[in-house]
Amino acid sequence: MIDNHILAPVFVQLFTAVIQLMFWRKTLTQRYLSVGGSFIGLLVAIRLFSRVYQDGILTMNAANWDAPFGIVFVADLLSVTLVLLTSIACFAVSIFSSIGVSRQRMLYGYFPIFHFLIMGLHGAFLTGDIFNLYVYFEVIIISSFVLMTLGGRKAQLEGAVKYMAMNILASMFFLTGIGLLYGLTGSLNMADLALKVRQVQDGTLVGITSCFFILGFGIKSAVFPLYYWLPSSYHTPPSAVAATFGGLLTKVGIYAMLRVFSLIFVPDEFTRTLLMVIACATILTGAFGAIIKTNIRRLFSYLIVCHIGFMIGGIAMFSKLALMGVVFYLIHDIAVKTNMFLIAGLIRQLRGTMDMDKLGGLYRDYPKISVLIALVLFSLVGIPPLSGFWPKIFLFQEAFLQTQYFFVAALIVGSFVTLYVIANMWAQVFWKNPPKDEEVDDRFAPMQPYRKLLMVLPIGMLALTTLYIGLNAEAIVLVAEKISSQLIDTSTYIEAVLNKNNEL
Amino acid sequence: MELLLVLVLGLLYAAGVYLILRRSLVKLLLGIMLLGNGTNVLIFLLGKITKGSPPVIDESYKVFQDIYADPIPQALILTAIVISFALTSFAIVLLKRVYALVNSDDLDDLNTPEEEDL
Repeated sequence: MIDNHILAPVFVQLFTAVIQLMFWRKTLTQRYLSVGGSFIGLLVAIRLFSRVYQDGILTMNAANWDAPFGIVFVADLLSVTLVLLTSIACFAVSIFSSIGVSRQRMLYGYFPIFHFLIMGLHGAFLTGDIFNLYVYFEVIIISSFVLMTLGGRKAQLEGAVKYMAMNILASMFFLTGIGLLYGLTGSLNMADLALKVRQVQDGTLVGITSCFFILGFGIKSAVFPLYYWLPSSYHTPPSAVAATFGGLLTKVGIYAMLRVFSLIFVPDEFTRTLLMVIACATILTGAFGAIIKTNIRRLFSYLIVCHIGFMIGGIAMFSKLALMGVVFYLIHDIAVKTNMFLIAGLIRQLRGTMDMDKLGGLYRDYPKISVLIALVLFSLVGIPPLSGFWPKIFLFQEAFLQTQYFFVAALIVGSFVTLYVIANMWAQVFWKNPPKDEEVDDRFAPMQPYRKLLMVLPIGMLALTTLYIGLNAEAIVLVAEKISSQLIDTSTYIEAVLNKNNEL
Repeated sequence: MELLLVLVLGLLYAAGVYLILRRSLVKLLLGIMLLGNGTNVLIFLLGKITKGSPPVIDESYKVFQDIYADPIPQALILTAIVISFALTSFAIVLLKRVYALVNSDDLDDLNTPEEEDL
């Protein structure tokens, strides 16, 4: 079905950003605009999600050029689910930013760039054209470069150099892959590519091309040999920025991998083995990296890497059940990881540090906030019935069915280490008595009540989302099941994109 | 023409990779730029170069009668050039700032531990 409202989430973010540019020096106006714009974006995303859930895949041809020739935007269930989650995360981060980001950074355009970043994310999820996907990736990375360097402290700039070099390199690999794919098939439309790649005689060339995509998306989503940029850069920007990055940016890599490897290249034996090895290595290195970190945000950065491995492993197994696990995990991960970094920001506000050795006694001083945080932490670990638990069942089940015992072992180690580091963090930050010789720099207590609320509210909101995902898992499983059957059987997607002339 | 482009392409990629593997910030930047240009040449090459037949259909026909020059790779390269221009200019400013702060051109010196800001 053709529907021009597909692009509404993109445009809401774009207009929010552009209007904010007109209020360059007025940070208060920018804050209102940001929260308002994100809220409208959330409503639009909910509407789009419910329409796609009821009516099936929606498409839109840019400038009315027919499908394989023009740029096409496709809203299938996977895209709109991610758009919806991005909008929720965006709303939460934008509320948090209104307090959590210094005025100095706002004066240098924090809010407009943040909305450009979200616009890029929405566009990447919704586009059906592989070159357009590349362009949206560039929108995302250039915005994220600015967000990462905003403030210009030394550590930030140093992290940004690594981040920039790796991400530009990833885009280059991705672009090379697109070039090769165009040379092989003469098409850029993803649905059209799906049909044409199958007709290509030379399987080796297709395999090599797919390796470029694995490399490009692998750098973006921070998998095993390519993840080093992530832990060395994600701890440097302000927490609100780190939350956007940690919750959303690596997930775009996973989304792109899911899309490209379900639609264009159906993974063969070699690709699946490669992805499986990468997945196990990613889980293990991420987990072991997390154990030795004492800084909360560095610890979370390694946990991101560890949990990316779960999803890559699911893609490697490539069956309905496995993809259900991946999609469910993706949904859970966006809500939780965004929240984790917001929590890190809140802890810093409460105590003035993020070093676990210097923290302590938070439960004694702030029991209510601690319980809220505990909920999120338990959910990350995957304690039933919270959200992290359900997708792991699917992954375990499928791993046993396919006798991928290495992956089972990696999953167990990954989950166990997550449990260990989070329990350790809980003990150190919340239960342990604060070290006596440390000066406690509590910037939270003197704040006005509404400012306190603005800091805790987004965390509560995301925690509620997590709670909903966990307690109402049946609904999410239904969505995940629909998505994964669309990913396995791509014919509905291809038909929706290519055959819509009949419906006009 | 194809052979020449293939050679140029190989040279650009090889030089780019070599420069990226060096520790100097400036060489890293140059390497990224060379790789970007290599990619552009690759796309151009894979668009199957056709000389002297622009993609314009004669009035009396409805479809193309013979092989024509594919305009899409050019459009892609133009987009890629514009994007890499923006990225490169950002990278130059960033590296200049880093150089001013760290006072070193060596990537290995970029590991100052520091307690982060909110």
